[in-house]
Amino acid sequence: MQTLTEKILSRAAGRTVSPGDVAEIKVDIVGFHDLTGYHVIEVMEKAGLEKVFDKSKVVIAFDHLAPPPDQRSAEIQGYIRKFVRKMGLPNFHDINFGILHEVLIENYANPGQVIVAADSHTTTSGAVGAFAQGMGASDIAAAVITGRTWLMVPEPFKVVLKGEPAKWINGKDVALKILGEFKADYFNGMSIEVEVEKPRAFPMDYRATVSNMGIEMNADALMFVPDEETVNYIKTMRGYEPPVVKPDQGAKYVDAYTIELDKMEPLVAAPHSVDNVRTAREAEGIEVDQVYIGSCTNGRISDFEVAAKILKGRTVKTRCIAIPASYKMFKQAMELGYVETLVNAGCIVTYGTCGPCLGGHFGVAGPGETIVSTSSRNFKGRMGSVDSKVYLAGPAVAAATAATGKITDPRDLE
Amino acid sequence: MIVEGPVMKFGDKIDTDIIIPARHLKYTDPQYLAQHAMEPIDPEFYKKASKGVIIVAGKVFGMGSSREQAAIALKAAGVKAIIAESFARIFYRNCINNGLPVVVLPNAKELIKEGDYVKVNVETGEIEVNGKVYKGKGITGMALEILKKGGIMNYIKSL
Repeated sequence: MQTLTEKILSRAAGRTVSPGDVAEIKVDIVGFHDLTGYHVIEVMEKAGLEKVFDKSKVVIAFDHLAPPPDQRSAEIQGYIRKFVRKMGLPNFHDINFGILHEVLIENYANPGQVIVAADSHTTTSGAVGAFAQGMGASDIAAAVITGRTWLMVPEPFKVVLKGEPAKWINGKDVALKILGEFKADYFNGMSIEVEVEKPRAFPMDYRATVSNMGIEMNADALMFVPDEETVNYIKTMRGYEPPVVKPDQGAKYVDAYTIELDKMEPLVAAPHSVDNVRTAREAEGIEVDQVYIGSCTNGRISDFEVAAKILKGRTVKTRCIAIPASYKMFKQAMELGYVETLVNAGCIVTYGTCGPCLGGHFGVAGPGETIVSTSSRNFKGRMGSVDSKVYLAGPAVAAATAATGKITDPRDLE
Repeated sequence: MIVEGPVMKFGDKIDTDIIIPARHLKYTDPQYLAQHAMEPIDPEFYKKASKGVIIVAGKVFGMGSSREQAAIALKAAGVKAIIAESFARIFYRNCINNGLPVVVLPNAKELIKEGDYVKVNVETGEIEVNGKVYKGKGITGMALEILKKGGIMNYIKSL
C-alpha cells in the first residue's frame, strides 16, 4: 500500500521506493523563468553541455523581470530568448503570458507527474496532484540535459480538509493555519498530501495557494490528492480529462492533521516570519502604506473576485497594487468586471509579473513602510527595504485593509 | 575531508533573502555576490568572513528561494562549511553543487559559541570543538559523490 508520494516516485524511479531511500528519478516537466533561467543556461554553457533531453518537456516563462525594469533584466531575457531559438523550444512564454507556476497549472501539470523547476514555488503544481519541487540552477541544468534528477524520498504526512470554508476563508488561511500550528521547520524532509472531503468546496485556486506555500512549510512537496475538482479544472482549462493517481487505502503516513474549514477565521502572518501567525482581528488597526494583491500565491480569478466584491463602490485609503498571476487570469478579471471595479476603487492593476513580491519592481517597499501582501513571504527585506514590514494575508483581508488603510478583518466591513 | 576555522553564529530560519537579497540576483559573479552576503543583517559580513569561517546556525538554514547565488555568495565570502540544526532542502543541494560542505548537528546553537574554533569531518559529521567531539550528520552517498566531483554538472559528465 502506497501513499501518493511513494506511488509517483516509484514510477519515476522505475522501482518501488520508500521514505528515506535515495533515488534517481525521471522528470516529466522541467521549468525555469527569467531570473533563474539565465543562470541555468550559464551553467550548461560552462560545462559545454548545451542539450535538452526532450524539447516538449521544458517549460519557460518570463515573470520575475516582466516587463524588464532595467537594462540588465532586458539583457537577461534576450540571452534566454536566444537559447530558446537555438534549441527550438516550443513551450516558451514571453512577458505577456504569466508567472511560471500559474502557467504550469493552467497548461502543463498533470496528476502523478514529477515536475522540477528553478524556483522554490514550484510546489504550486502539487495543486493538481503532481510531485513538484524547486531546485537551484545547477540541478535544473542537469535535469534539462538528462531528464533525470535525484532525491531522498520524503516521509508523507496527511492533511484532511473537512467541511466547507467559512465566509472569506480561502487557501491562504489554510496555509497560514498549518504554518502557525506546526511552524516553518516541522515538515522538513516530509511531503504533505492533502485530502479534500468536499472537493468542489475547495477549488483549484485555493489548492494552488496552499501548495504554493508548501515551500514555506519547508515540505519537499505539497500535493492535493486528485479528485473530481482536479479533473474538472484540467478539463475546463485544456479540454481533456487527465489520468488520475491516488494513494492506496490504508497507506501509511507519518502523521495526520485535520482542519475544519467551517470553523476558520481570517489569518495573517506578521513580520518577519511566515509562521508568525495570528488572526486578522488580533492585528486589526495597524496602519498600512501599501497593499499588494497578486503573485503566484494569490493572483487567481477567485482572489480578484473577492477583492472586487470588497472594493466595489469603495475608494482605497492606501496604495493598492493588483497583479493577476497570468494573462489568462487578467483577461478573465477584465471580462468579469473585476479590473474595472478595482481601477474605480483607485487600485493600480497590471498583468502577470512577480514584481513586488520579491522587491523587484511595480511597488518596492520603502524604509519604515508597512505592507499587507497576498504573496508568500514576509522575510526581512523581502519586498524592498530591510526597514519595511510585511503582513501576509489572503485577498479578503488585503482588500478590506486597502479599503480602510488599516489591517481589517473583512467581516467588520459587512 | 576535514575543514576547520573560527565560528560565526546565526539563529534559526536564516532565509535566502537574508543570505543574498533578490536585487543582486541578476549576476552570478562570486566576488560580486560575496560582497553582499548577509547584507540585510550584517553589511560587514564579507569582511569578517574573509579570513575563512565556519557558520553555525539553527533550524532550516537557507529556507526560502531556490537562488543558487546564496551558496555561491557564502562560499566566495570565505565560508568554509556550514553546521546547522537543519537545512532547507534546496539550499542544501545548492551547497553540494557548489562545493560548500554542510553538516547537520541537532542543538548546534547550544553546543557551539561565536568565536569557537571547530574542526569538521564533512563525511563522518564529527565536529571537534573545545576539546569535545560531537557526532553530526555528514554528507554521504550520492550527495558525497556529487560534492567530490565538484557539483552535479561534473557528476553527469563523468557518467
